[in-house]
Amino acid sequence: MSLDLTQFHAAFFEESFEALDTMEAALLELDLGAPDAETVNDIFRVAHSIKGGSATFGFSDIVSFTHSLETLLDELRGGRLAVSAEISDLLLKSVDVLREMLHAVQGKLPIDAQRVADLQFDLELAIARQGGRSQPSADEAPAAPQAGGWRIRFYPYRELFARGNDPVRMLRELATLGPIEVAVDAAQLPALKELDPQACHLGWTIEVGGAVAEEAIREVFDWATGECDLSIERLGAGAADAGAAAESVGRAAEIVAPAPPSAVPVFEAAESAQTQAATREAPAASAEVAATGSIRVSVEKIDELMNTVGELVITQAMLSQLSRALEGPAAEQFRSGLAQLERNVRELQESVMRVRMLPISFIFSRFPRMVRDLAQRLGKQIELKLTGEHTELDKTVLEKIGDPLVHLVRNSMDHGIETPEVRAAAGKPRAGTVHLDACHRGGNIAVEVSDDGAGLDRGRILAKARERGLIGPTDSLSDEQVHELIFLPGFSTAEQTTDLSGRGVGMDVVRRNIKELGGTIEVRTERGRGSRFIITLPLTLAIVDGQSVAVGTETYIVPLTSIIESLQLKPEQVNRFGGRGELFAFRGQYLPVIRLHEIFGVEPRTRELHQGLVVVVEGEGRRVGLFVDDLLGQQQVVIKSLETNYGHVEGVSGATILGDGSVALILDLPGLIRLTSLRAAA
Amino acid sequence: MTAATPPPTVPSFGEAAASATRQVLTFVLGEETYGVDILRVQEIRGWSAVTKIPQAPAHVLGVLNLRGSIVPIVDLRMRLALERAEYTSVTVIIVLSVVSAAGRRDFGVVVDGVSDVVDINEADVRPPPELGASTATDFIRGLVPISERMLVLLDIDRLIGGDAESVGTAQGVAA
Repeated sequence: MSLDLTQFHAAFFEESFEALDTMEAALLELDLGAPDAETVNDIFRVAHSIKGGSATFGFSDIVSFTHSLETLLDELRGGRLAVSAEISDLLLKSVDVLREMLHAVQGKLPIDAQRVADLQFDLELAIARQGGRSQPSADEAPAAPQAGGWRIRFYPYRELFARGNDPVRMLRELATLGPIEVAVDAAQLPALKELDPQACHLGWTIEVGGAVAEEAIREVFDWATGECDLSIERLGAGAADAGAAAESVGRAAEIVAPAPPSAVPVFEAAESAQTQAATREAPAASAEVAATGSIRVSVEKIDELMNTVGELVITQAMLSQLSRALEGPAAEQFRSGLAQLERNVRELQESVMRVRMLPISFIFSRFPRMVRDLAQRLGKQIELKLTGEHTELDKTVLEKIGDPLVHLVRNSMDHGIETPEVRAAAGKPRAGTVHLDACHRGGNIAVEVSDDGAGLDRGRILAKARERGLIGPTDSLSDEQVHELIFLPGFSTAEQTTDLSGRGVGMDVVRRNIKELGGTIEVRTERGRGSRFIITLPLTLAIVDGQSVAVGTETYIVPLTSIIESLQLKPEQVNRFGGRGELFAFRGQYLPVIRLHEIFGVEPRTRELHQGLVVVVEGEGRRVGLFVDDLLGQQQVVIKSLETNYGHVEGVSGATILGDGSVALILDLPGLIRLTSLRAAA
Repeated sequence: MTAATPPPTVPSFGEAAASATRQVLTFVLGEETYGVDILRVQEIRGWSAVTKIPQAPAHVLGVLNLRGSIVPIVDLRMRLALERAEYTSVTVIIVLSVVSAAGRRDFGVVVDGVSDVVDINEADVRPPPELGASTATDFIRGLVPISERMLVLLDIDRLIGGDAESVGTAQGVAA
């Protein structure tokens, strides 16, 4: 068979990683002692499909490892081995190792053989310990080994279909007799272009468990007599070899039948393997995807769609602008048509944006494992509560919010939650709670990390800040200002530096990452009761609500979220100092004026502050007044990258296309403020 | 966010066999005739006002909207240190795809006018003369005699491909 399998690698890796995530989640759900049979089955299926896929592609290390894993899982599934904390740990470690192995194979890097071998040994050990029955018999019929069961080799001739026989029907019928396990031999399958779809190229090895009469099995194949090679043999003591035998069937696409009642999807997989001549096993993950009626689309395609819709919005705006000049009865109709178009375009835009939205559970799902491991290492009892997992946000935002959240959760566990003894002494339940919540709030998404731990220690924060010289020894600060201190670079109050936190790179990075997404973070805390970190994020990075401002002939867009107020200054409100700086009083603070025309080197209509307008904006916690000629209007703009064809420009976050087709730059206020302080320092 | 259908490959001079002929778009700047590989040309359009970019090198005039993507516009006269000319109704922008370390980018160059598309024989391309250290010639691919005139073949990757990368340093100076 000359099929080039490498083309399926990407899909295999993607699906395997997803499947491992599923497996991890299922493992964490698993109740010790009384595991849910369906969950165990799910876990088993994942291991099995990775094994099948790896065998197809010849990743022998993975096959060998997953075989041991699968054997252990099979013991759990058969109820011969109890799910203990030890076993659960072992399985979670296996997930990690498998993930690493897949990464290594994907990146064509060497596999950490020692680690794999060690864990595999542990797995084998766990299997061997189980009730003294030591043979690793993955495929042994679980019900009654002494009753045997049957191994059927069913190799139909090519003309099988022509006589109206359907192997799938036969397999289904077999499944009604007892638990079956099916391995497909696709070795005879020719390349797609040589494939005769009317001929049968596949063979099957089927194991039927339980006490089934040979007669019953023969009956199933009655109609195919003379059209196939059929051998039926009793499964004896040699059953242990079954797994190995199944693997030796070359590029076998193995399909496991977990239990008769749920056997139907298995046969669907068999059918598709047959009709599509695909030798890759349909993994459980993709089966689930199919069930919910969704498809996998590349992000590029969606971005392309977003772009096109963005253009449509611009064209539509251009048409509306032109239509204002029209007169006569036809013009009115034209305009109402345009209004309709505008509504449609908006709806289209919103739908496309929704395509990019993913539930935040994609990020939340990594926390149960993390919290579990970390709590163990810290010697604390911590419960994780997740709510609002279905809140959706833009994929780009989602990808970038993961690390800050991990950091916040770690901080809460490390610094926030106390040890069980301390908690008990304080009259709190021994187990602390970390709560992750997400919800829509206005046009934004609010993500909250809260704990019922000790809360922020005002005294310690102040002491540390004085020690680091971040504040003067006699400065008196409000609670709010004290809480702001933890976001400063180089600040950390951990008395002991652990490998989890306390290196002083942390909250400042968290805040910066969130700022980069156009979001904010604030903290509320109560001593002894816990802390809440509240992150507010925009729904999307593709569109921004902007205020257009005019400077000379140029138009700039100021993101609406950063505008506090716009005002006209009277000459006497402005204070000058040092010949260059200009300050004005605003709500009890003196704010510097940034003259946009100077920064951007354009010719303004006026240089007199009282003739133009000052827009008070906030960036990275600092407020400044932007001096502009005029305010134009507010509109939603589609953000276009300047970096695609040009490069990064300090003080500019991107560009957009206005209704008349011209380009306007979108201001990046934190960058702009940095730029002016640089200039002032020079 | 590139133009609708970019050519799958953007070949440069010298890749093909020496005897091969290739097509060159020629344009004028003052008295001189220049040429660029036609396969690099995305579009030719009339002059329209651009949006200025802060802290840009002087020859980068600004950006334009080219069917939804934001394309920087370079004044070729200024880039080549020629005398500046007024932008008129015949001033033309040639949109070129430039290959640089940062990948493929689209740039527009402002020229006085587009002349012709000519076939040139690779064998006729003369190496650029050494004019001493004071005159940069590294962006000249070669010289081709065409009907008693001399055509200067430009290596646009070297000529403007570096602009995008030099932005970072340029703004450092500006600040």
